[in-house]
Amino acid sequence: MMETPYILSAKGITKTFPGVQALENVDFSLKRGEVHALMGENGAGKSTLIKCLTGVEQPDKGTIEFDGAAVVVHSPQHAQEIGIATVYQEVNLCTNISVAENVMLGHEPKGVLGNISWKKMNEQAAQSLSKLGVAIDVTKPLGIYSVAIQQMVAITRALEFQSAKVLILDEPTSSLDAHETKQLFDVMRKLKSEGIGIVFITHFLDQVYEVTDRITVLRNGRYVGTFETSSLPRVKLIANMLGRSVSDLDDLSRSKQKVTKVEAGQAVLETKEMGKANYLEPTDLCLQKNEVVGLAGLLGSGRTELANLIFGIETPDTGELLINGKKVTSFSPLDSLKNGIALCPEDRKAAGIVGDLTIRENIILALQARYGWFKFIPLQKQYEIADRYIKLLGIVTPSPDQLTKNLSGGNQQKVILARWLATDPQVLILDEPTRGIDVGAKTEIQKLVLDLAGQGKSCIFISSELEEVLRCSHRVMVLRDHKLVAEFGEEVDDQTIMHTMAGDL
Amino acid sequence: MWNRIKLFLLNNGTLLFTILIFVVGYFICGRIYPAMQKPQVFFNLFINNASLLLLAIGMTFVVISNGIDLSVASMLALTTVASAALLKANVNPYVIMPLMLVMGISFGAFQGFIIQRLKVEAFVVTLMGSFFCRGMAYIISLTSVTITDPVYKSLGLQKVLIPGFGKTYVYLYSVVAIIVFLAAIYIAKYTRFGRTMYAIGNNEQSARLMGLPVERTRILVYAFSGFCSSLGGIAFSLALLSGYGQYAPTMEMDAIASVVMGGTLLTGGVGNVIGTLFGVLINGTIVSVLQFNGTLSSWWTRIGVGVLTLLFIGIQMLFQLGGKKKAS
Repeated sequence: MMETPYILSAKGITKTFPGVQALENVDFSLKRGEVHALMGENGAGKSTLIKCLTGVEQPDKGTIEFDGAAVVVHSPQHAQEIGIATVYQEVNLCTNISVAENVMLGHEPKGVLGNISWKKMNEQAAQSLSKLGVAIDVTKPLGIYSVAIQQMVAITRALEFQSAKVLILDEPTSSLDAHETKQLFDVMRKLKSEGIGIVFITHFLDQVYEVTDRITVLRNGRYVGTFETSSLPRVKLIANMLGRSVSDLDDLSRSKQKVTKVEAGQAVLETKEMGKANYLEPTDLCLQKNEVVGLAGLLGSGRTELANLIFGIETPDTGELLINGKKVTSFSPLDSLKNGIALCPEDRKAAGIVGDLTIRENIILALQARYGWFKFIPLQKQYEIADRYIKLLGIVTPSPDQLTKNLSGGNQQKVILARWLATDPQVLILDEPTRGIDVGAKTEIQKLVLDLAGQGKSCIFISSELEEVLRCSHRVMVLRDHKLVAEFGEEVDDQTIMHTMAGDL
Repeated sequence: MWNRIKLFLLNNGTLLFTILIFVVGYFICGRIYPAMQKPQVFFNLFINNASLLLLAIGMTFVVISNGIDLSVASMLALTTVASAALLKANVNPYVIMPLMLVMGISFGAFQGFIIQRLKVEAFVVTLMGSFFCRGMAYIISLTSVTITDPVYKSLGLQKVLIPGFGKTYVYLYSVVAIIVFLAAIYIAKYTRFGRTMYAIGNNEQSARLMGLPVERTRILVYAFSGFCSSLGGIAFSLALLSGYGQYAPTMEMDAIASVVMGGTLLTGGVGNVIGTLFGVLINGTIVSVLQFNGTLSSWWTRIGVGVLTLLFIGIQMLFQLGGKKKAS
């Protein structure tokens, strides 16, 4: 039988979680000696696919062939045994024991008494690491080295002692700086030349074009296609990821709904060169009264990071943040709340809604935090507030005492919105406020945002859907690779933004 | 050269600090109570604290693997009563001792099994284990049981002379404790079991993904602690020649305090048995001082150990922070 060029190929992989079709008939094939990017926005199914390939999850349907033979991967250990190694962003090694042990433990060289021979172990580990061009003191605990080095150690372990033929790198570069990334890429190229197939997952487009040979795009759990990297223009890649054809975009017209004019004057919120190392490059942003500023960019481009910095979830280490012209000195969500900033977070399940509380309790949460926990808001007042927002936002529920987890996604989103509106913020940051809710509810929320701006509030609007960003925003700022790259006024079209997001303008 | 010394100090800082505290502390006490300068008084530390040392060695392994074992002192008490009762029933003492060790090992392994398989907190499992052992001890006998067996008597009084110190001696069970201590150093440093224990203590998930035998290692760690406890119980019954459910009422806490003073982190993954030895010696020194003084309430031991342990934890944090700064 002729040896196939494919080291790993998966066909027709289908995986359903309760209520969610995570993967539907997805194909993926990896050649020997190639770097293959797996691309897609959140919820596209990348991580589920990886989990199926590495035995963390079992696919409902579909076959996996490894090295020419059909395999069923039972567990992560089994995957390692047959030669599929995964290196995660969070390195799965032990930081307290030495580098040498992290490389060798489980295969450690023995001395005459059956004891661990530390001398041999250190020598062998240093030798294995030097093959990847890493020269460090292997007797030191792993924890004192940077994440980049730790990843190299993880790769070394995978290659040397699990004789990996497939290496899956799951967002390895997201916490690396430019130099470390280059170091990792050198290693990837070297491994590629030795015939190892590498699956590379990242949100950085530049890196995809720098290091990969082919790209597979997934969207909403479906297989979109596999492309040669060199023959796929960036804008096409993005169009594929977002699910819009480029020609569609050309003649897309959008309906402007903006009613209010922005008052020029003092900025409500301003960031000057604000940034944080390995998180967001220094960014200037200025928000006027009555204004909605849209943040566009792919997932991981720095949109959410900017929102988190402004709201004080992360503390910036450069630049400054001004609110109404006053410099902010202490960064925490509570301080921001007191300064009149509110953030509707991206993942409402994880970071927003408390499902086991009633709608009223959920709405009151932030207001109570602002008042301080010892000034109890009278129950009657709570009901008044809840009723007002249920009516204002059109939350569909039989009563304010309904448990929030029983509401639909769109209504839950409105409850979160109500929570922050109840604090009467000057600036409202909405991170993906319409994700996962139906079209009707989407339009309502968009309209609401514009109404709010009309009433003298300011808004930062983050969304993956360009159309929505354009419709709601007076200005659009585009981010790419953790950097603010361009700013547009109202007249910009999606084409331009897409090209800016891709970085080929 | 200076750099290497500095590095050595930084890496072994907590351990060296513990040793320093002991040496300086003992020296000062020796100046105040000249009797403490006698070699025999120093070696009495190994006689009086043999059982505590054994318990603390087992506890060190458990804490390194990010667990806790609250059953050790009760296991010690149960062993003393059970041995005494069996001796009274004329069972051969050379059968009783291995039997006691088997009991400790299997009870420890059972606790480890529950902790690992059923994912129950070690704190809860070993606390229940502690109740069980202490309860069983009283079921066997509500009162103290005297040991009159000639073999136990001779073993318990068997002196071992310290070479080079003339008539200075320790008892046989002190030597046993020292042998276990040396074995524990070897196990921790030179076996896969030992290194896996450190890995699990740092990050169990990672250890599992590295393909290390997590389950087996954790169960063995508790089995080892059980072994140390029952051996400590045998040493205790040899020393007092009796068995009683009330013995060593809170010795598990002294063991934990010694482990912590010795530089082992309660969060797991870091520590060693050598530090634990000095933790035990510091504990013992405080007790000796109170004996020599004679007028102070014995409860000052507790207060002293408490204050010192707190101090050590503070120092450890400083070293850790220092280490981190150096790395970044």
